Amino acid sequence: MNNLITREDTNLVAKLARTIGASPKLATEASLAQAQAETNVRVGAAVSAGGMTIENLTAGFADFTAVSNISLEIIPNKITAIIGPSGSGKSTFLRCLDRLHEEVRGAWAGGRVLLCGEDIYAAGVDPVQIRRRVGMVFQKPNPFPTMSIYDNVAAGLRLNHFRRVPQLDEKVEQALRQAALWDEVKDKLQQSGAALSGGQQQRLCIARCLAVEPEVILMDEPASALDPIATLKIEELMRELAREYTIVIVTHNMQQAGRVSDFTAFLMMDEDRAGRLVEYGHTKQIFTNPKDKRTEDYITGRFG
Amino acid sequence: MRQRIMQRVGFALLALTSLIVVVPILLVVGIIVARGLNAVSWEFLTAMPREGMRAGGILPAIVGTILLTLGTALAAIPVGVAGAIYLSEYASDNIFTRSIRLAIINLAGIPSVVYGLFGLGLFVIFLRFGTSILAGSLTLAIMTLPIIVSTTEEALRSVPMEFRTVSASLGGTRWQGIWKIILPQAFPGIVTGVLLGLLRAAGETAPILFTVATFFLPRLPQSVFDQTMALPYHLFVISTQVPGMPMEIQYGTALVLLVLVLSLNLVATLLRSYFRRRRQW
Repeated sequence: MNNLITREDTNLVAKLARTIGASPKLATEASLAQAQAETNVRVGAAVSAGGMTIENLTAGFADFTAVSNISLEIIPNKITAIIGPSGSGKSTFLRCLDRLHEEVRGAWAGGRVLLCGEDIYAAGVDPVQIRRRVGMVFQKPNPFPTMSIYDNVAAGLRLNHFRRVPQLDEKVEQALRQAALWDEVKDKLQQSGAALSGGQQQRLCIARCLAVEPEVILMDEPASALDPIATLKIEELMRELAREYTIVIVTHNMQQAGRVSDFTAFLMMDEDRAGRLVEYGHTKQIFTNPKDKRTEDYITGRFG
Repeated sequence: MRQRIMQRVGFALLALTSLIVVVPILLVVGIIVARGLNAVSWEFLTAMPREGMRAGGILPAIVGTILLTLGTALAAIPVGVAGAIYLSEYASDNIFTRSIRLAIINLAGIPSVVYGLFGLGLFVIFLRFGTSILAGSLTLAIMTLPIIVSTTEEALRSVPMEFRTVSASLGGTRWQGIWKIILPQAFPGIVTGVLLGLLRAAGETAPILFTVATFFLPRLPQSVFDQTMALPYHLFVISTQVPGMPMEIQYGTALVLLVLVLSLNLVATLLRSYFRRRRQW
């Protein structure tokens, strides 16, 4: 396990160095220090690997606007929680971050979403390439029903290779270990993934997402279909994963956002039913000292 | 009390109607098996007909039907499945695709004899295939296409949308997702639909009447441009066109056709239940 993390770290540092042209060591320390020091979230660290900058994002379906004019920065190697009442556009916002939103018929999006400083909505950018760098874990555990546990984890890699994938066994094991599932399934890799428990299935889906080695992981209420113990396991796993990945999680569960995230963004719909960003900041600040009255009302359970 | 009696009567009526569905099938199968079983022997299955088809076997008709079914499969499966993939996974909902769907529904309703005449006009005469296995297979394929397209489309649609989304989220292109994730899940439904379509083709008489089937040809076909005997047409011939034909041979032929078609049906059912046990969502 330790080895794996180190290897990942080296990758990350290399990426960082490439992006901001500094010496590897300096880059990590600088961006981490920045993220920790600043109480304001707009720290500019989002340019480095796994960081995202969202500028004036507006998106919807046909003539309906689901999210309107959202700007915020996703800090690398941190967990950012998106909270808000039902219908505030949290999921739509999340799906805009890997261009999955546009897979739905009639969907549209405008504004800029920068991944490591590069606009993923720029002309000529292939959404397929973006989705390999930004993975997604869904609400309902959804391993591919016709595939074994092994094949599920390998699915993403095999999608992109028509021939044999080199070192597939190692990659599958690494992903399963990272998802804290290896010890539970190592003796039954060829069995169907559908036979696992709900929590295990969700960790299998996380492993499937990790296997393609994304930089950012988007999670759309990943624990809302699970029991409390499985939920805690997923949350521990997220804390573990945040050491190597940038995580954005949509959640209905405010305790969860409080427990697991470093930053929190609160979305709420306006009179026109479009979701808008009300407040964004350190999770601690949002939960203890919200600046906006609406945030406070939502957090204290006055509506939602 | 009165209500309970009414309810009993109602259930009894419902049970009776379902019996009405089953009885004719059992009768048909029972009579054919009872009267035909004696005629079926090794010779009957493997010999050429003799004495104006009044004796000997029905080998050329069996081989002809198998070849025609294979030919139909070769022509109809790729086109039908590919068309269904396009309609279900790629095509957007517009006038063009709507008219294609409308055409498919209407094609399924066209009487089979019309397909036969169409095949005669297009394949036999215009394309100069002559009355041949090629012309017959293609005619049967056109007749089978609507069934294959609509059942395949149905099977693809029954795969939940979320798996397409997951596949896209893993960085798969649309085609990679279809090929590696969606098709394997839809496979059992596709196989069932394809087999049911072929089943119908195997038992048809009218489409092969003008395009391939021959009255009496006591040798096996040598190429796709040969004519051939076929079971459904042979059955028609020996039941109506040959005086003094022993009843036994007629029922024996019917039995062979029935077994052939029902075994395809059985394969379809077994495959479906096998795959159904394997998939869970």
